[in-house]
Amino acid sequence: MGAFSKRVSDRIAWLELDVPGASVNKITKGIREELRELLESLCTDEEVQAAVLISRKPEQFIAGADVREFANLKTRTEALTLVRDGQALVNRFETIGKPLVAAINGPCIGGGLEAALACTYRIATDHPKTILRLPEVRLGIIPAAGGCQRLPRLIGIRSALEMILTGKALSARQAAQRGLVDEIVHPSILSAAALKAALKLTTGWRPKRPHRIFAQIARRAIFAKARKAVLAKTGDHYPAPLAALNAVSHGLQYGLDAGLEHEAAHFSELAIGEVSRNLVQLFFAGTALKKAYGSADETSPPRSITNVAIVGSGFMGSAIAGVAVAHAGVDVRLRDKELDRVVRGLNSAREVLRDRHRNGRMDEFELRRKESLLSGGVDWAGFGRVDLVIEAVSENLEVKRSVVDEVERQVPPECIIASNTSTIPISKIAESASEPHRIVGMHFLSPVAKMPLLEVVAHQQTAPSAVSFAVSFGRALNKTAIVVKDSPGFWVNRILAPYLYEAWVLLEEGVDAETIDSVMTEFGFPVGPITLLDEVGLDVVYELLQALHEAFGDRLKPRDGLDRLVIDGRLGRKAGRGLFQYRRGKKRRFDERAYELIGVNVARQIAEGEILARLVYSMLNEAASAVEEGVVRSSREGDIGAIYGMGFPPFRGGPLRYIDHVGTADVLATLEKLKQQHGNRFAPVQVLVQMGERNESFYEQH
Amino acid sequence: MKSASTLNRVAIVAGCRTPFSKAGTTLRKKSAVDLARHTVVELIHRTNLDCNSVNQMFFGQVLSSPLSPNLAREVSLLPQFPKNVPAASVNRACASANQAVVLGHDQIALGHADVVVVGGAESLSNVPILHSEQFSQTLVQMSRVKSLTARAKLLGSVQPKHLIPVTPAIAEPSTGETMGQAAEKMAKINGISREDQDRFALRSHRRANAATRDGRLPAEIAPILDVDADGPVLTDNGVRPDNSIEKLATLPPVFDDKHGSVTAGTSSQLTDGAVALLLMSETVAEAQGYVPLAFIRSYAVTALDPGDQLLMGPAFAIPKALDRAGIEWSAVGVVEMHEAFAAQVLSNIKAIESTAWADEHLGRSAPVGEVNWETFNVAGGSIALGHPFGATGGRVTLTLANEMARRDVEFGLLSVCAQGGMGFAMVLERR
Repeated sequence: MGAFSKRVSDRIAWLELDVPGASVNKITKGIREELRELLESLCTDEEVQAAVLISRKPEQFIAGADVREFANLKTRTEALTLVRDGQALVNRFETIGKPLVAAINGPCIGGGLEAALACTYRIATDHPKTILRLPEVRLGIIPAAGGCQRLPRLIGIRSALEMILTGKALSARQAAQRGLVDEIVHPSILSAAALKAALKLTTGWRPKRPHRIFAQIARRAIFAKARKAVLAKTGDHYPAPLAALNAVSHGLQYGLDAGLEHEAAHFSELAIGEVSRNLVQLFFAGTALKKAYGSADETSPPRSITNVAIVGSGFMGSAIAGVAVAHAGVDVRLRDKELDRVVRGLNSAREVLRDRHRNGRMDEFELRRKESLLSGGVDWAGFGRVDLVIEAVSENLEVKRSVVDEVERQVPPECIIASNTSTIPISKIAESASEPHRIVGMHFLSPVAKMPLLEVVAHQQTAPSAVSFAVSFGRALNKTAIVVKDSPGFWVNRILAPYLYEAWVLLEEGVDAETIDSVMTEFGFPVGPITLLDEVGLDVVYELLQALHEAFGDRLKPRDGLDRLVIDGRLGRKAGRGLFQYRRGKKRRFDERAYELIGVNVARQIAEGEILARLVYSMLNEAASAVEEGVVRSSREGDIGAIYGMGFPPFRGGPLRYIDHVGTADVLATLEKLKQQHGNRFAPVQVLVQMGERNESFYEQH
Repeated sequence: MKSASTLNRVAIVAGCRTPFSKAGTTLRKKSAVDLARHTVVELIHRTNLDCNSVNQMFFGQVLSSPLSPNLAREVSLLPQFPKNVPAASVNRACASANQAVVLGHDQIALGHADVVVVGGAESLSNVPILHSEQFSQTLVQMSRVKSLTARAKLLGSVQPKHLIPVTPAIAEPSTGETMGQAAEKMAKINGISREDQDRFALRSHRRANAATRDGRLPAEIAPILDVDADGPVLTDNGVRPDNSIEKLATLPPVFDDKHGSVTAGTSSQLTDGAVALLLMSETVAEAQGYVPLAFIRSYAVTALDPGDQLLMGPAFAIPKALDRAGIEWSAVGVVEMHEAFAAQVLSNIKAIESTAWADEHLGRSAPVGEVNWETFNVAGGSIALGHPFGATGGRVTLTLANEMARRDVEFGLLSVCAQGGMGFAMVLERR
């Protein structure tokens, strides 16, 4: 059965796409062939004077090319053939000699948008599912079916670069403002409007469009600025945005065909490169996580969540409240012991909403609606109707236990109770509970509104339904949720701790803080470890190291200097002072006085290669041991967790994939060397040694 | 429709209200809709309400905003509720919230609904300010003419005095008499002395203060914890704990400076506030495990000639409601009467206690009853707490129901006087 059906009525051919057995229309080889034949038939069919491209699936258009197809590309030649093939098909849109109308009601993404760009006229619906987007750079490739050529010609260089370089989606309204679509209509009249446009086009009429391409000298300035912005944002780790810039500018300089050639050349290079490979794997892992609900015997989505209560309206509790209302649209009751704290908590939760309103991601009506979902008090009002309670009280086992105890008495029997903790084992909290099976950990990372990861912690007695419930709530909050074992530090903090620890040791040795940071940002981390220490909070880091030290022994002996800084009130960014100085919330220079408290008096130079090795390998070693203990359920989830949870460079695929990339033998050799120089904390963990002996890797090798 | 014998009994399950704040103070940035929504959100949580079970909503409001004329629907569109909860806003002047209670009661009694949210709201900080009639007319005409010159001509016809905005006055449209003048007149006709008025006002403040301090009033208040307000608003701000007869005596009469006796101290003040109550049929309340505060036994509404004693409504409505309840005044354990003015309350009491009045107006040989001050407005009243028009009737109902539950009395009575010479009374029961 074909994906397209063609019918002709009143001189107009309707090309209706409905990929069988799929919820969305993705472009595959078969579909390209079908479309090619259809275009040829339009060309020869004298009855047809114009055509409309539309989806027969409701609220769908074309969701782009099937990523699996290009993920399987082996060679550059293979890639080149694929892309040239696609370009020829899209070019044919413009050469059949009959006008084409794209009627878009749903996601119009990647190759789908490139096809629409080659149509004569574009109509989009105002349905919220209608978005237009070129996400290729996020997969380490570039739009290569003419997207880098036709988009800037249609909407101007600046707007086109914004779409191509960031991969951000446009709503239909935004697309119309930029001239990307010619009309917006209500979904109910999409076909009628498309018919009207097609008939008008048969008369030879064409929409008037402004000329948007500036003279060469102005173009140069725009490109120079864009290149600078890309480099500032991604370093030189991501080749795709620069390649896209190149393809766009080359095409504008030398014409469409030359531009297409450039697109194709860049694409085929990028598609088989390491960066794209890693980003694609990350995409697959993320997609897989979006489909699973976190427990083996629960494949169907758990019951819906409408009412949530949060105990503890501090920094974390209020942020979780704000995000829960903003993303999941649930009713949130914020409870704390003192009314003043509730008021402060509600205010910061509202700030999350108002931030989104200011960013234009929420209109005033939605803001108003959502603000009324936030309420709070000092009593337990509302707890009798909640589906989920998240406790976010202070990190103190006794306090948490007594809160859980009270909550259990207040909530209905089917309510799940989640504990937001970074250092306390969930089993300890559940130990005193009367129904431990409904207690689960939800480790939110700070800042909650920005961090895309949620660790769902299952202790031994947690019911699978509680796990899937927490995972699905995490997803409703727009987080990627990984299920981790109830062991100290869970996953993210477990591998973060030795990394921060090593950064601290480097500081103590007298290495310049900003050098340490820059080594790691060059490696691809968004911020360096010294800055991260301040972001996380020195008190939190101290607690974390303490907890991990108790669990894992001398590898992570707490450092006195850290304690001294905490006692001095230098807690990091949140306190306005830490290792760095802050002014109005903005980080300034490293505070020299911190060296005194740490106890450093001599500056020391260490080769950047050694700094890098010590920091990265301490983390790799820990990651391997945590995987061996089953802290994460798969290497893939571990890598996702490291990338989303602590900013491990996505283009490197995550710590486990990085070990594979370097090779177990080389990793072992480096660790041995570091062990000899710096002591036993670098002793390779057992599992790595075994893997080395058996020549194994974390992922199957292609 | 059901016959009277099969009407469902209606329970007042719970209720809560905003703090009552003097207009232009702590709640000035909140619209009546905001206030009403706040009370309902709080009510949902305090009662652990299943929002899908709510069938209808009714809210009272007197000065509604032209931008949200049906306040009740804005409330029923709170995201906690499904979108299909019909809602109506009603205006029976100061008895508007009572009318909302009545509508909710009737729908449940008839079997048209099981669960109804009712209440009332008013923001007298945000009364609609109108353009003068001339200016409004000019604007309407301008929207009709097409040419620029015609528009300019119309605009040129506007005189400075046309631009003076019109604030809604609290006066009878039919007679021009303000509420204060009416109270002043009633004080004179019924011989209510300045001293008696001051004493009554002082009692209102003292009782409200005591009920605030012992937690009775705070228990019915849903604090406003918003940034829009000036910090959290926890309690009613019209109550003056330091009020005294001496202080009240120094206040000048407002409505008749020569012979008058009604002062600002013995009048209820303009106030912002909202109240919400949860009504359920007795059977549904029981099935869902709620313990109602009280049940609605009967109600009555009356009206008299506004040119006569405008605020005498309660004296007429009370005997009617008692008759419908089939009980005597003496069976009532707690009484709540809205205090528009001390002179108005005392005039009504005088009528209720008077044999001559009963004979003349009700054709009865005995007076309606005799007030026991120990059970009358036990937590103070509108003089101390303030009077947000659309909400007051809800507060009176809520306080009465709470007080009946606290004292476990069988019958409670409430009454409210309203613009247009109307009176409202309702009997609640607990057994």
